[in-house]
Amino acid sequence: SSGINAEWPLRPGFEDLCFDFGVELDDIVEEEGITKFKIDIPANRYDLLCVEGLSQGLNVFLGKTTLPRYTVLRARERLHVDGSVEGVRPYVVAAVLRDITLTEDSYNSFILLQDKLHQNIGRERSLVSIGTHDLDTIQGPFKYHALPPPEIKFQPLNQDTVMTAPQMFDIFRKNYLKPYLQIIESSPVYPLITDVNGTVLSLPPVINGNHSKISLSTRNIFIEVTAKDRKKAGIVLDTICGAFSEYCTTPHTIEAVEIVQADGSTFSSPKMGSRIEEYDSAELCLKSGIKTATPEQLADLLTKMCLRASVAGEKLKVEIGPTRHDILHQCDVEEDIAIAYGYNNIPQVLPDLYTIAVEQDVNKLSDSVREELARCGFTEVLTFSLCSRDDVSVNLRIPEAVGGAVQISNPKTFEFQVVRTTLLPGMLKTASCNRNMPLPLKLFEVSDIVVKDTLTETGTKNYRYVCALFAGKTSGFEVVHGLLDRVMLMLDVKDYHIQQTSDPMFFPGRGADIILGTKKIGHLGILHPEVLEKFDVTLPCSVLEFNLDPFV
Amino acid sequence: AVVSTQSGHYGRDENGPTIFRAVEETTDVVKDVLSNIQSKNPVPDKSVQDLKKRKLISSSVTKFYSVSKGEGFRTDIEKPEADLTADMLQDGTWKSKNFKDYNFTAKGAPVVGGCLHPLLKVRTEFRRIFLDMGFTEMPTNQFVENGFWNFDALFQPQQHPARDAHDTFFISDPQMTPKEAFPPGYLEKVIEVHEKGGYGSTGYNYDWKIEEAQKNILRTHTTAVSTRMLYKLGQQEKFVPTKLFSIDRVFRNETLDATHLAEFHQIEGLIADRNLSLGHLIGVLHAFFKKLGLEKLKFKPAYNPYTEPSMEIFSYHPGLKKWVEVGNSGIFRPEMLLPMGLPRDVNVIAWGLSLERPTMIKYGINNIRELIGPKVNLNMVQANPICRLDKN
Repeated sequence: SSGINAEWPLRPGFEDLCFDFGVELDDIVEEEGITKFKIDIPANRYDLLCVEGLSQGLNVFLGKTTLPRYTVLRARERLHVDGSVEGVRPYVVAAVLRDITLTEDSYNSFILLQDKLHQNIGRERSLVSIGTHDLDTIQGPFKYHALPPPEIKFQPLNQDTVMTAPQMFDIFRKNYLKPYLQIIESSPVYPLITDVNGTVLSLPPVINGNHSKISLSTRNIFIEVTAKDRKKAGIVLDTICGAFSEYCTTPHTIEAVEIVQADGSTFSSPKMGSRIEEYDSAELCLKSGIKTATPEQLADLLTKMCLRASVAGEKLKVEIGPTRHDILHQCDVEEDIAIAYGYNNIPQVLPDLYTIAVEQDVNKLSDSVREELARCGFTEVLTFSLCSRDDVSVNLRIPEAVGGAVQISNPKTFEFQVVRTTLLPGMLKTASCNRNMPLPLKLFEVSDIVVKDTLTETGTKNYRYVCALFAGKTSGFEVVHGLLDRVMLMLDVKDYHIQQTSDPMFFPGRGADIILGTKKIGHLGILHPEVLEKFDVTLPCSVLEFNLDPFV
Repeated sequence: AVVSTQSGHYGRDENGPTIFRAVEETTDVVKDVLSNIQSKNPVPDKSVQDLKKRKLISSSVTKFYSVSKGEGFRTDIEKPEADLTADMLQDGTWKSKNFKDYNFTAKGAPVVGGCLHPLLKVRTEFRRIFLDMGFTEMPTNQFVENGFWNFDALFQPQQHPARDAHDTFFISDPQMTPKEAFPPGYLEKVIEVHEKGGYGSTGYNYDWKIEEAQKNILRTHTTAVSTRMLYKLGQQEKFVPTKLFSIDRVFRNETLDATHLAEFHQIEGLIADRNLSLGHLIGVLHAFFKKLGLEKLKFKPAYNPYTEPSMEIFSYHPGLKKWVEVGNSGIFRPEMLLPMGLPRDVNVIAWGLSLERPTMIKYGINNIRELIGPKVNLNMVQANPICRLDKN
């Protein structure tokens, strides 16, 4: 009934169809004798998240069927909203699918769509959650209100006994419902949907009541959607009704529910609304680059994309229905025209624009310095910008240095605690991992480090650093010193000198600051054996590190 | 009855203990043969073989040569030379020396010099391609970004999953950008288009929060820099069409595996000009990828929060014999560009890809940790050939 029969996706060309339509056939798997197609859907197409919606989209695209018109029948049920939900979960919308027949497949699809919407637009139920109920087991008018947890008593879905909210939450803390508890747990009142007899339909967003659970024999479904975001609640309800109303005896009819708000005003839900937009047909083609299409042809293309369109003089009237909540702007319509026309049918043309390229000075200079360092016999390494707090402080014998580093919150491992303030940790780790290389080891890197800086917009600043390391049977201090002299010569700089420093990172008496004019721009020296030990390096090392920015 | 011994020399009475002589004389055949050999008399071959077997004799070969003076006869000892030396040139002795044959089948002496990193050699090639095509480089030396320039200014809604802690690295110190840092008039326009729409858009209709925009993060894409550049472009008195590019590090807090690290390099190019279309984007992409040796391209509709239309770029890989995704592209949404002050008819086409992926495919590297980080084998770095992107 949904237009896709079992063999259809197996026909050749299905993968190409997916490609042209804009979904991705990710994988085909055999599970328990059933062939399952894993299809990736773009994140803004809620209407394609179930087999019913996807097959409708593809059938309309292929011209095999037309987009249905949805009818919303007058409300027979009412849902009253109490002010008590305002602080915890303020919005609710609802609908009824009357005279529906579900098979095992469509029932499973119904549950699956709710899961996907919960995960996706619902942001793991925190923004939107859905409850579906057998209308014949409950009696309206319904009430959406919030009560203190101990006053809530019902038999939750899949449990055997009636229990209070605190009792059931204790059980849920140990199972798959745990992540949803924190959405409302901090509130003094929990939201509840009840019927006229006090039967609990659901405790959103956590659990439904067992009493009103739907089954294959359910004939009338009451759908309630509660939310912290009013717009998203509407999108979710429209999506469910749009996809599953086809199984009602009169397909594509949805029965409204009248929502009575706390202040007494009412509105009818779901909206299932369409809006008509008018676009200039010539303008619509500009962005796609389609040169030859009449307004009639454009209207046909859009209709293929579930956007019913007709020509009105020089303009196109486009109906944007309740299954296309992804259409925010004319550019969304322009994309659909291009998709229907076929991206690979669009003629290619080069922009008629003459420009002269300009490089970033710091990058140009960095590349030149890198080449000079390689010419001096040093091998380039490329290491990670993120490292542990100790790597930039304690392990270099300068514990206070961690104060200047940019800290990552909640890193998964200690390798992601800070952004490096020096290139040394990566350099030393590389030396440690490459013990089998012939000696001496001569490495370099020219890359960015980041430090805190109160004068910038984000409070941080990147600096381009040059770092070189020598490791061998002897320390090679004179080698890195010679390298510094060579690099300064290549930078055409004479106004520098080095002066001894007592920086604890260096072996006593073997460390020096590099002074350009009167400012320190770097340092060099033999690393202290404790530093080598921390980085698991067994050879004496000399290092050179300085900031390249003053030379740019 | 008589029983003889093996040699026949003695007999024994079967019935009694008596042993008696059976022959008049005995002959020691072996002794006779041995004394013949010693006396250098001829001896039958079979006997020789027998005695050899019994290890009573052994043979040795003596070779004799007759020697006479040859042409190169000399009374001093000379070693053949391995190499021509400066001394030999000086004293002219090269003329009289013999030189050893050179072993042309062995390898030469290994040259150990410095070298550049394979990934950065590929980066140099991509930089050159952009510069050749007239693209100006953007300043990307800023790893820490805020939510505003990384997401909000791109019309990416605040509840979007990409802004989650499990996809983005948030900074705990310094945690926030002060709100005064956002250009005031522009900030209002961004809030408006998110919350209510405008510029022809319905907007997202949600409650926008300034705190989300202030949160500092490690940038998830260099598109944040492109956004800043486009804002500057929009603020100029007169619009000047421009072509921009960048190649730099970005950070994602995703699950790590053989092909994914927390940090990698993004390549991005964009063109801002009046009336640009998908046709122009497809044209530029063909020109760009042709320089990588990829001429067969296919485009697939895709979704990005900040581009519409969006296209994924596929190329036919002759080695793998299948279509492989090589990049992402699109035209920036008007909700992003119009609040910046860019003229209505200006479209910005853009595309991006990672630097690591084409490098790994080109060099057949399966684990990204063999390409970046401390575990990279330096022998691989030294043996990595000249990067020629257009030659497969």
